[in-house]
Amino acid sequence: MMRFLLDRLGRLGRFLWSGWVGVAGLAVFAAIWQQGHEAYGDFILPSPLTTLAATGELLRAENTWRLAEATSTRAIQGFFLTAVLGGALGIAVGYSAAAMRLARPLLTIIMGVPPIAWIVLAMIWFGSSTGTVLTTTVVAAFPLVFANVAEAVATRDRALEDMARVFGAGPFQRLWTIVIRHVAGQYFPALAVALGSTFKVAVMAELLANIDGIGVALAMSRSNLDVAQSIAWVVIIVAVIFIVEYGVVQPVRAELERWREAARPWGVRR
Amino acid sequence: MTALSLDGVSHAYFGRTVLERVKLDVREGEIVALVGPSGCGKSTLIHIAARLIEPLRGRVTRTYARHGMIFQEPRLMPWATAEDNIAFPLRLAGLRGAERRRRARHAADLVSLDPSDLSKYPIELSGGMRQRTAIARALVVEPDFVFFDEPFTALDVALKRQMQDLVIAAARQTRFAGLFVTHDLAEAVRVSDRILVIDERVRGIAGERFISLPESARDDDAVFATVQAYLKEDPLFAHIYDREGRSIP
Repeated sequence: MMRFLLDRLGRLGRFLWSGWVGVAGLAVFAAIWQQGHEAYGDFILPSPLTTLAATGELLRAENTWRLAEATSTRAIQGFFLTAVLGGALGIAVGYSAAAMRLARPLLTIIMGVPPIAWIVLAMIWFGSSTGTVLTTTVVAAFPLVFANVAEAVATRDRALEDMARVFGAGPFQRLWTIVIRHVAGQYFPALAVALGSTFKVAVMAELLANIDGIGVALAMSRSNLDVAQSIAWVVIIVAVIFIVEYGVVQPVRAELERWREAARPWGVRR
Repeated sequence: MTALSLDGVSHAYFGRTVLERVKLDVREGEIVALVGPSGCGKSTLIHIAARLIEPLRGRVTRTYARHGMIFQEPRLMPWATAEDNIAFPLRLAGLRGAERRRRARHAADLVSLDPSDLSKYPIELSGGMRQRTAIARALVVEPDFVFFDEPFTALDVALKRQMQDLVIAAARQTRFAGLFVTHDLAEAVRVSDRILVIDERVRGIAGERFISLPESARDDDAVFATVQAYLKEDPLFAHIYDREGRSIP
């Protein structure tokens, strides 16, 4: 138990420590930004500090939190829908070679249609409502998760499955003990990508369909020509994605992938 | 009493018949070796016996209670520790965690796995340790029948010997019966009571030899002499080192 806790604490510590590199990267980014600001002036590109101040101001306003919550709720709902649908259908299809072959052209079609077209269609079907956002986010993120899971199931380790069968595992036990663990290795990276695109598409859908949320706030600051505030909204969205990814997705992944960590030899720079 | 019997078993891959009307009985406590060149169908035969492949025709009757299997590769789950890998069959059987741990420790002890290695992942273990883990996993169910599918082919000579000794000791202790596929005649002579030669041309068992050496007398010299005698004088073994496919001129 003690070791279990220490393990997790160590992981958290390493993650926080690796944050310094992230801060360094951000500092470089801010420097380039500042250069651009000095070259083009306050109107085109407000300085990083101005943007930071604008973000601070936004964060103090109660309305901001409400909007961020509205957008996050939609995006996270879409994300969960994607995760569940993509995972379940991916597993079901991955088991059947015929279904895999059938699914491939369908995926190409779904992925070929631009997200903006989906937004238009969803607006016709659902009007300016949460349904529009959900539809668009799921359509945007689902193919990636689904394709990854199906591919993972199709390439599962049959030798391990045979081993489980010899020791008396039925189909469901094999799915649960062998296949799911194998799939997780590709599921979570796909989810991390899906998470980002879910938020991005959610904001876009809100903006275009005029649904109350960060998207609309972004549209308003644009029409007010308030560039600093526009960028501040972007900062907030990125922050929310960051929190969900490193607060939920990555810890679950790390928990399932502990053995990969063990494979790393001592003294390798992280 | 027979522990396992195959009757009239036939199998084909894509129309090419590999086994035809094979009949095979393994008595309780008896270890039977299947030898033959690669591609002769011995692996198919053991997979049929272990119910991993459904034979095209024929019947497999098993009267033993529980079996274990050791494969050519360790086939360990990379995401589970050595202990969890060993306990995997018990988990499938629905045993409680504490009981699982206790029995996994015991099985690890049988194959002299260090307790400190039990919390390691397979990737952290050496090849020999991994195969030991796989053997422990087969023994953890306290089997009365064990399938060996060329278990030590990939190991070096010293390690191979160690593993054979381990199997011999375990077999003596728990009195399980077994089917042991190998293409190494010396290995077959060391571990088994009876050798069956599988031949591609008869699509099944070409013949059998009981090993007359008592277990205690199977030192290196005796094993070597027996193997030499088989290879030089016994026509049954004339083809066991034949190669698959085109012969090299």
